[in-house]
Amino acid sequence: MGNQIKFTDVMAGRQWRYFRKDDLGAFENTYTAEITAVHKLTAVENLFRIQIVNPEDRKNFTFQPGQFVILELPGIGEAPFSVSSSASRHGDLELCIRRVGSLTNYLFRLERGTHVGIRGPFGTSFPMEQMHGENILLIAGGLGLAPLRAPIAYVQENRNLFNNVDIIYGTKEPSQLLFTYQYDMWRADDVNLHIIVEKGDPSWKGPVGMTTRILEDIFTHRNSEYFRKTYAIVCGPPVMFKFVCNKLNERDIPMQKMFVSLERRMHCGMGKCCRCNVGSTYTCLKGPVFDYWSVMNLKEAI
Amino acid sequence: MLFRTLKKKDLPRLYDRLSDGNRIVGPTVKGAEKDGKAIYAFEEISDFNNIHLDYTSTKIPAKKFFMPFRETMASFRMKGKEWDKMVSFNMNSPLVFFGMHACDVNALNKLDKVLLGSHYPMPYYAAKRKNMFIVGIDCIPQPYCFCRSMGSDTALHGFDMFLTDLGDHYFVEILSDTAYNFLRQITNEEPAESDHARYMKVAAEKNRKFTAHVDTTDLTKILDMEFQADVWKKWGDQCLSCGTCANVCPTCYCYGVDESVGLDLSRAQKTKLLYSCNLIDFAEVAGGHNFRPESHTRLKYRYYHKHRGFVEAFEESLCVGCGRCGESCLAGITVPEVIASVRGEES
Repeated sequence: MGNQIKFTDVMAGRQWRYFRKDDLGAFENTYTAEITAVHKLTAVENLFRIQIVNPEDRKNFTFQPGQFVILELPGIGEAPFSVSSSASRHGDLELCIRRVGSLTNYLFRLERGTHVGIRGPFGTSFPMEQMHGENILLIAGGLGLAPLRAPIAYVQENRNLFNNVDIIYGTKEPSQLLFTYQYDMWRADDVNLHIIVEKGDPSWKGPVGMTTRILEDIFTHRNSEYFRKTYAIVCGPPVMFKFVCNKLNERDIPMQKMFVSLERRMHCGMGKCCRCNVGSTYTCLKGPVFDYWSVMNLKEAI
Repeated sequence: MLFRTLKKKDLPRLYDRLSDGNRIVGPTVKGAEKDGKAIYAFEEISDFNNIHLDYTSTKIPAKKFFMPFRETMASFRMKGKEWDKMVSFNMNSPLVFFGMHACDVNALNKLDKVLLGSHYPMPYYAAKRKNMFIVGIDCIPQPYCFCRSMGSDTALHGFDMFLTDLGDHYFVEILSDTAYNFLRQITNEEPAESDHARYMKVAAEKNRKFTAHVDTTDLTKILDMEFQADVWKKWGDQCLSCGTCANVCPTCYCYGVDESVGLDLSRAQKTKLLYSCNLIDFAEVAGGHNFRPESHTRLKYRYYHKHRGFVEAFEESLCVGCGRCGESCLAGITVPEVIASVRGEES
């Protein structure tokens, strides 16, 4: 055995615990987190409050509005979810999740107190600081309100830094509206809330139609000065992006001032598994938040 | 770079030194094709005589040793509502690769860029890559080799030593201190001026033997321009979406993650499985929406990632031109033909 080549331990002297993008230990670093509460929002959507167990890790965990985490249910699987809570709450996360696949179906059966894994945060975020001093249009379709809730919280907490703020939110039916208990609070924080449904029910008194209808309505009351100083964040199904962003573009809002969040099924979240490839790049690294100009330049993005 | 020469009859002695305490992987004969041609594979070797350094190319690349098709990423011990996670990178001793062609060394260099050189380096790969000792060996271009078009016909780095056959001796490039110390243990010489001349002659002769070519001029732009071209549908109709091309590709690294629960429900495992972008559910999301439901969109995407996306990120394509995919394709689809057709050239 005289010629044995020295074994290299790639983790020698490295930390497992702290999360830095370039640490080898970051790759499979999972925070143990606990489901602290489950709020039923609709028939198929719940808001899960998930808290990183270690108090120090919870405090050190930081993310930006628009970023996502990967939720791991040991033995069941992993899936990416946008964080729905305020970034100022650090590792005390809220994830708004629809029951749609095998992982989420299992998640909906879990009780308070169950431990889950959290990896991340990953991806790009909405550049909130760039938007200081400007007007904001927050436009959501359906479950798109989930990723939008983090920038909404940012706006609420820093209301003095923004001018006009509008939330435009559309769903198919009134029963699908999410976070109904928060609408009054948003309004109280001087946010204009416009809600529209595609199909009303007998108790529905609001407008009926597509989100673009609301845009047309409110744009008639805004002058060119408004559009010069406006950013837009759009979250929803891909088909919505085209219609909404074209409407905004008609008012000369530059594509680089519109931000969308794309959905793909990441397996790693770190630009390795290629499952979320979009055009020439990865949704997990260059996204999920893209400005609309980038989206237009990515093949098959929407 | 240091250059030495090594008498051919002394090569077994180099093997003996390397195998003294280390596991060796080398090209060996696995079986025979219908026409009698040998089928080669990289396998763990215990006898120098089983290494076939004159091999053409292996069906499956060496990646099974540093990027296994199935690998356990982590295991869990469940305790009621809680659990513990144990992570292992599944590597505990160095591995010597004895006789790797330039294309396969370049494949490793490309993988290094994405798996080690960018954000979130991948420890499962790093643990294996950092424990490789590579003896490269020159080769004879086969009819399907287009490595020269991809700039992968010679390896500049990524190996420890590289041997070029000069007749009765090998011309040896030495890149690592470890390689230098191994070579010191056996007779070797300073190359003479005549060896340099002979090396250049051998290289020139090799270059003349390439018959397959790919024109990569402006390929990134052409792939954007021809994204909607009908020619993709033609190839898509032919493609069986079986994923063999990714399986035999030395640079394909994409994967899926699977978790499973042990029968006694007290344990669970997280497994990484190499995948293929040609498989139907590659881009499927929860709820059943598939971003690439048709086979031509998946085949196109494979070319787009390799020759457009990777170039955008790393200034080079994710193809070394080894030709394995074309050789193994059940539908007879080859890279030179696909790219020529996208360029509008008759093939």
